[in-house]
Amino acid sequence: MSATAEYEPVIGLEIHVQLTTRTKMFCGCEVAFGGPPNSRTCAVCLGLPGALPVVNQQAVHFGVMIGLAFECEIAERSIFHRKNYFYPDNPKGYQISQYDIPLCRGGRLGEVRIHRAHLEEDAAKLNHLSQSGRIHGADRSWVDFNRCGTPLVEIVTEPDIHSPERARDWLTVLRETLRQLGVSDVDMSQGSLRCDANVSVRPRGTHELGTKTELKNMNSFAYLEQGIRAEIERQVELIRGGGTVVQETLHFDPRSRRLTPLRSKEEAHDYRYFPEPDLGPLLVTEEMLAAARRDMPAELPADRAVRFERELGLSAERAHLLAFRAELGNYFERALASTPGGNGEVDAVELANWIPLLIERIGSDADPSDSKVAPESLATLAVMVKGKEVSRDAAREVLTMLVESGGDPREIVEREGLGAIAADEDGLGDIVDRAIASDPVAAEQVRAGNMRAIGPLVGYVMRETKGRADGGEVTRLIRERLG
Amino acid sequence: MSDLLELTAAAAAERVRARELDAGELFGFYRRRAAAEELNAYTWVADGPPPELDGAGAPLGGIPLAVKDLFCTEGVPSQAGSRLLEGYTPPYTATVVAKLRAAGAPLLGKTNQDEFAMGSSNENSGFGPVLNPWDRSRVPGGSSGGSAAAVAAGLAPWAIGTDTGGSIRQPAALCGIVGLKPTYGACSRYGMIAFASSLDQAGPLTRDVTDAALLLRYMTGRDECDSTSLEFPEEIRLPSAEDLKGVRLGVPEELTGAEGGVEPGVRERFEATLTVAEQLGASVEPCRLPHAPHALSAYYLIAPAEASANLARFDGVRYGLRVDGEADLLTMYERTRATGFGDEVKRRIMLGTYALSSGYYEAYYGTAQKVRTKISEDFRAAFEQFDLIVTPTSPWVAFELGAKTADPLAMYLNDFCTVPMSLAGIPAVSIPCGLSDGLPVGFQLAGPAFSESRLLDAAHALERAIGFDGRETRR
Amino acid sequence: MLDRSQVLHVARLARLELTDAQVERMAGELSHVLDHIEKIRELDLAGVPPTSHVVDVAGVVRPDEPWPCFPVDVALASAPEPVEVEVAGLPEPGVGFGVPSPGQAPGE
Repeated sequence: MSATAEYEPVIGLEIHVQLTTRTKMFCGCEVAFGGPPNSRTCAVCLGLPGALPVVNQQAVHFGVMIGLAFECEIAERSIFHRKNYFYPDNPKGYQISQYDIPLCRGGRLGEVRIHRAHLEEDAAKLNHLSQSGRIHGADRSWVDFNRCGTPLVEIVTEPDIHSPERARDWLTVLRETLRQLGVSDVDMSQGSLRCDANVSVRPRGTHELGTKTELKNMNSFAYLEQGIRAEIERQVELIRGGGTVVQETLHFDPRSRRLTPLRSKEEAHDYRYFPEPDLGPLLVTEEMLAAARRDMPAELPADRAVRFERELGLSAERAHLLAFRAELGNYFERALASTPGGNGEVDAVELANWIPLLIERIGSDADPSDSKVAPESLATLAVMVKGKEVSRDAAREVLTMLVESGGDPREIVEREGLGAIAADEDGLGDIVDRAIASDPVAAEQVRAGNMRAIGPLVGYVMRETKGRADGGEVTRLIRERLG
Repeated sequence: MSDLLELTAAAAAERVRARELDAGELFGFYRRRAAAEELNAYTWVADGPPPELDGAGAPLGGIPLAVKDLFCTEGVPSQAGSRLLEGYTPPYTATVVAKLRAAGAPLLGKTNQDEFAMGSSNENSGFGPVLNPWDRSRVPGGSSGGSAAAVAAGLAPWAIGTDTGGSIRQPAALCGIVGLKPTYGACSRYGMIAFASSLDQAGPLTRDVTDAALLLRYMTGRDECDSTSLEFPEEIRLPSAEDLKGVRLGVPEELTGAEGGVEPGVRERFEATLTVAEQLGASVEPCRLPHAPHALSAYYLIAPAEASANLARFDGVRYGLRVDGEADLLTMYERTRATGFGDEVKRRIMLGTYALSSGYYEAYYGTAQKVRTKISEDFRAAFEQFDLIVTPTSPWVAFELGAKTADPLAMYLNDFCTVPMSLAGIPAVSIPCGLSDGLPVGFQLAGPAFSESRLLDAAHALERAIGFDGRETRR
Repeated sequence: MLDRSQVLHVARLARLELTDAQVERMAGELSHVLDHIEKIRELDLAGVPPTSHVVDVAGVVRPDEPWPCFPVDVALASAPEPVEVEVAGLPEPGVGFGVPSPGQAPGE
């Protein structure tokens, strides 16, 4: 039995989001990417003796917006705590974070529940120097404090994810939501979005949680998925071999696909959390909530997807695609709202089917609004297909031409002679007869009731009509002829 | 020029502003005395007066100020009494020091202190002990021992220090001068090398109450760089009271009785002062602070816990001492800190780390914070019936160097009467009230938060009536 | 009440190297102090909220406006080991704080 047929993966994610405030979380140094090392520091973010933190209002504002976006309970009063540990990228010897009274609790995005979200400061950047070459030389590193103190929101999910693919998809959804909120660049390659995964397995059908391991440092969506998959396999193999999963932190190397322990439970850190005495409680007032709501986009992707499904009748998958890629959703809605040429109104479901076909032709990362296909044109095409003015196959050709040179679908259809052949046109009936005559074996099978054999016959007709006939109509005619 | 030595800072400031005295001359006078001192009160003395010294136009008259070493002073060594920061010069200046300089109190020198403000005798300094001007075989108290000795010995007209559990008040008492711990939050902590964040406060050490009020007025104020600082609700009044009519003084038996170990000579001076207070019109009654006997225990959990985190930044990475930088990271950390920190600092870091560690937080740190709540409540209740709470500042007079270093607990008991006010965040002042066996005794008055004006008024009236003469040590 | 292994554990958490003699002495001193302090655990503190801040300073924030940063030389003025480093994309070498390499990643 495959690993995941027997065992259910249980995955929770821990996401760190760097906020795009102008200045750092607890000091007025500017936040920016790049630049000379140690050029954006002050007494506070360098952890000089005597320096004190002061909370960045905008970071709180963004934190509240994130809480609202994920339907969290936002604490009126939350506390900062010191998380104590020694490391060169941690200048005070403690990180100012939030512990048992965080800014946000509860919430959800899709079917994944959010456990909590809180504010904290980023660490400095530790870089390694090449081997020093000294006789007893240990490796040397150096620290750049530019990043130190950048505001972070840490988001922790419940273990509601049950496959590596789902983890990747959900993280994509989270990323898009945050991007539309305008609170972060959410770029995994630059480190403004970081994700660790907590992974465990349990026999399918059971409900207790197995021992979980923590996977860190996966800095792309692909690596995240691969890393989680590798860890699931490792755990299942271990259990099947009679072993037990040990709680530990692991690093995934995507090149070798190896999981290496970073530290074991015995060395687990005692962070000695205590309330930060240099900062009073963080307050979120009604005014702050109102200000956050004002800054939220009119509709977040999750809500848009729901609306597409419920009000427009799109399938969940299609609604998701259009909602979570803003440019697709925007283009779709403009097309929907346009007054196309053709008979009748635009059918949302039909129109939505044409978006993926458009993407195929312009490139999966392109914005349809930048293409030569005007939204009204796509809408017109959808209307024409729905009204059987043109067959689906012919319409695809038209789309390709629209992508290449723009224009109006009606004109193209007329110019290229791609109009649909109606079922009652004489020519079509003749062509159907010829199809039947050309393949008596298939015809006999269809007569006998074997519908799979109809394929070649339909194909014949489609070729003869250069795709202009409606496939469904052709099938119907053939069956009629053959009884 | 011993005439100069006799002037209080306020009196000298008046003369400077009246152009009867030159600020530069006064600066030079004290600078020479400081440079020639033998008490080890200073770790750094200025080379000369600051170039832009304009005493006449400034409220504080250009009267030079001794500043405890742990206040960051840009370009000037700020070592907090520790070898770990030997020679460290910060790139910025503490807010309080900058404010006082702007008001006309330029930097005279940095004073010696117990390392990272941990101590009650100034024997924990990485740069040698400070000697008490009343008797050089004895301690001046701590941790602001250098500031206290400097003022008492006329090596500075006035000084600032910091008080976490008594570190201004207790040395003031042992040196026969005035020391004030303001309301927590009244003065900015920005630039004060931190010991215990929820307790540390900057405050004046001066010859008399008027000088203390004058300094305090220019020290207070909300600082945007310190999230725990508050705007003082009113301007600090210079004291003028000459009696204590209508003032209700409360005497907590928990802090003045046998439990605190107050020695007979101190007790005698204390009670004599209560009599003086009554003669000035005050009512003196016993009051209760039921949780006060536990204040010391709570303090010695909270302060070391906060300190253990505040001192974690001293790791040899960005500034200060580094030992064995060639070795691995762990060795560098452990040896740097083992070499740089003195014994008392290590003890408190260990105590604090333990109190916060997994499995012990609730029992120790958590419990101590609850005791703190009760102590604040005790004071609030007491202040419903009394205007001020009074106690001896220190249970004993200045002790001999080395007398209490064998037992850390014996040293901690120095703070028995001062720690409760620190935990509650309320202001308290120590004034000299007499001698016992030839050594000064301190009398402590404490009031509700932001009652400094009233507190200093009462202290002033008492000071006037007591007439303590501190000139003996200023020769 | 504090034994040698506890002292060593705490010393490791605090990154303090102690000699054997110091460990021994520390165990004695800390135990002695804790014996005295322990008494607060006998108090009835049921329902008493802890005090984190004696002063009411909730909600203090600052506007998201930059303030002056240190020039690089000031930031590194007291560095025990300033290191010149080549940084991709920058014409001039930069300066970093040199340290021994850590063995493994730390806390989150």
